[in-house]
Amino acid sequence: MSTLLEVSGVSVTFDGFRAINNLSFQIGPAEMRAIIGPNGAGKTTFMDIVTGKTKPDEGRVIWGDENVSLLKMSEAQIARAGIGRKFQKPTVFEEQTVRANLLMALKHERSPLQVLFFKAGPTDAERVEELAAEIGLTEQLERISGELSHGQKQWLEIGMLLAQDPRLLLVDEPAAGMTPSEREHTTSLLVQAAKTRAVVVVEHDMEFVRRLNCKVTVLHEGSVLAEGGLDHVTQNQKVIDVYLGR
Amino acid sequence: MQQGFLSKNPSVPVFLGILAAFTLLITLTAEGTGTGAVSATFVKVLGRTLCLALIAVAMDLVWGYTGILSLGHFAFFGLGGYMIGMWLMYQRTRDIVVASLADTPIPATETEINDAIGNQIFGVVGSSEFPAIWVFADSLPIQLALVVLVPGVLALVFGWLAFRARVTGVYLSILTQAMTLALALYLFQNESGLRGNNGLSGLQNIPGLEAVPPATVTMWFFWASALALGLGYLLAAWIVSGKFGSVIRGIRDNEARVRFLGYSVEAYKLTVFTLTACIAGVAGALYYPQAGIVNPAEIAPIASIYLAVWVAIGGRGRLYGAVIGAVVVSMLSTWFTGGRAPDINLGFYTIKWVDWWQVALGLSFVLVTLFAPKGIGGLVDIFTDRRKAGVAGEAGK
Repeated sequence: MSTLLEVSGVSVTFDGFRAINNLSFQIGPAEMRAIIGPNGAGKTTFMDIVTGKTKPDEGRVIWGDENVSLLKMSEAQIARAGIGRKFQKPTVFEEQTVRANLLMALKHERSPLQVLFFKAGPTDAERVEELAAEIGLTEQLERISGELSHGQKQWLEIGMLLAQDPRLLLVDEPAAGMTPSEREHTTSLLVQAAKTRAVVVVEHDMEFVRRLNCKVTVLHEGSVLAEGGLDHVTQNQKVIDVYLGR
Repeated sequence: MQQGFLSKNPSVPVFLGILAAFTLLITLTAEGTGTGAVSATFVKVLGRTLCLALIAVAMDLVWGYTGILSLGHFAFFGLGGYMIGMWLMYQRTRDIVVASLADTPIPATETEINDAIGNQIFGVVGSSEFPAIWVFADSLPIQLALVVLVPGVLALVFGWLAFRARVTGVYLSILTQAMTLALALYLFQNESGLRGNNGLSGLQNIPGLEAVPPATVTMWFFWASALALGLGYLLAAWIVSGKFGSVIRGIRDNEARVRFLGYSVEAYKLTVFTLTACIAGVAGALYYPQAGIVNPAEIAPIASIYLAVWVAIGGRGRLYGAVIGAVVVSMLSTWFTGGRAPDINLGFYTIKWVDWWQVALGLSFVLVTLFAPKGIGGLVDIFTDRRKAGVAGEAGK
């Protein structure tokens, strides 16, 4: 299987604390992957490194068919290269409408001058309608997104990621604070997305991970402790010791 | 497209209508063109106020919409004034020198004329040489271009350094204060080439227009200021109404999210910062001929802070709020510090407004920030919300 993202031998230290320690990780072009691990295992730092927010001290991060290094690129360049990121807290532009949020995320030229003279065409409007239907916010398109419920904001953010049409989606704890029915919707959104692109979900909630029904990577102290199916890793003694046993 | 833009932004035609009606009213009553009920001096005050409203619109764009609290935009305003002032002063002095040398039996050479002009302009700082920066002072088109270019390039360089280093928030505000302070201190020096603390003066005398009555010239500047404000407002409204506006408001509310959507936040900040500096330059170039003098004190750090206070009191994030703030606060300021406001006698102490106005202004700034973050412009919401609620109520029946 070809790889879309390859992280190898990456380490990063914050004030003497080794947040990521010789981490290696690979994901294919259309794959769902869950990353679990206790607090401080380096899950968020891992995402920061892939999206360009944090520069590692050593190691390589190789992306795509052309095997380009992400380490020399800015956050915006990495996003344009096809990596979308969802934050743990729902982050949408609360003072703007759902439609404006989605329009801003749609895949188009991003330079100031081109955006200044940009005019949304009929295909853009269609795409926004499609996305809104997918995330279940058709009725809310003209609402100010700050008025949405917590779950709706999470979906809007996922919708914004899909609007970017990324090849890799990094999703940080999408189910946190959701009701069971909201979780179900979120699960189906992510599973649907993973059919055509890579999706990496960082999650605490084992039940949610089980529903995603995918390969699991367990992080501990900044490196991979175990990898495989959920049942496989949950039977791993090391995993039980550091994570599940507590 | 234009129709769609105006119908989607009802405040724009309303604002332009009010501005046009106001301009017409003053034109009909002014000394220069109408009944004379409004003196030329007061028309100048009004024209200057329109220029201040224009820089307030620029400030709203950079602060209210993009979230960059620049406390240095008055530096760009002052530079615009200096650039047009160089031509005004050079040309007028030249006209006077040429006229005075016309009677001499031997016609004066170009060098003699230039020396005489240099003496006239720079005698006050003990020099008669033209500094290198005056090389284009004889060309109106070039100096007009510099009105936009000098503030623009300064903003571009400063902004590039600051935004690239990801300086944000209060640190950026302090940096912009340092910029305007450094520029003011530099201009205070006699060696700066711009006459040190004397600044450039006599700017109200427009070369070539000696035959036109001053009251008429005053009207021309008033009209030009109104036109510039109208165009600046239209430009700003157009910028914030589209996707670009969405992006900059996104930057204001959540910079990281915008970055992870693939937008280069720094490029957007730099674009807005530079564009607003250019608008400020134009506003300054219209303001100072109506004030008559531009000197380094004009771009002291406090001036840019006042600008932020106007926008905050008027209501940021809405362009008309910036205009309301600039007009109301600067007019009140003129009235209170002009000595015409009646003192309040408390028996044991007399409140002299000349001294106490600043305290009152500072206090109202604090109160607005704490209790009415939408500012005076927020009052408009009460009206439109009520109307919208009314319409919705009708529809419900």
